[in-house]
Amino acid sequence: MADAATPLTILYFAWLRERTGTSQECVTLPADVRTVGALIAWLAERSPGHASAFANRRTVRCAVNQDFADPATPVGPGDEVAFFPPVTGG
Amino acid sequence: MARISVQTEDFDIGAEFAALTAGRTDIGGIGCFVGTVRASAQDRVAAMTLEHYPAMTERAIARIVEEAERRWELLGCTVIHRVGRLTAGENIVLVLAAASHRQPALDATAFLIDWLKTKAPFWKKEEFADGAATWVEARAADDAAAARW
Repeated sequence: MADAATPLTILYFAWLRERTGTSQECVTLPADVRTVGALIAWLAERSPGHASAFANRRTVRCAVNQDFADPATPVGPGDEVAFFPPVTGG
Repeated sequence: MARISVQTEDFDIGAEFAALTAGRTDIGGIGCFVGTVRASAQDRVAAMTLEHYPAMTERAIARIVEEAERRWELLGCTVIHRVGRLTAGENIVLVLAAASHRQPALDATAFLIDWLKTKAPFWKKEEFADGAATWVEARAADDAAAARW
């Protein structure tokens, strides 16, 4: 099991990557951040770029450990959490 | 047993048909969809770049294919999606679905492309003739097309 000090990997795609200025970062979560929704609120405080990326949360989608997730999905140490716009492939 | 590939290079539709049907005499129909980069007069798209989430993409496509196999009795299936920079007229995506009769083959093909558009982690950035570039926004019509299944 990952202990509380194990970082999370955060990935950003498309315009979330451009606005945050990074495609990947590792973060260690405060104890009270336990869901995707809480993680978004916490990440949005990291920089003006992050604030811009998460400004309209209805346009942000998420995956936890490569599965689509929603704001209530739990997150914890060692997880890979990806943020991206609604998909536009095909 | 589906063939799934996410790749930068183009695909050969004839070769994919041949691979899908090689040695088979039980197939009665094959549905085919090819998506290409459109450059209409109004939107002046010169090229687009397809970004994806490598660790998740093939798995997400495999789940969509599994769902198709659950709903229809498929005898084979091919999904190839290109990534990287593609210019107007180039192929983006190939879907082939083989069945004993035309209806499951055609329905499964439509289902696969509808779900690929809304449930696989790809993002398109369009480049215009004047040099501007914008991320394509998801369309409500695509969500509606995926939801009808």
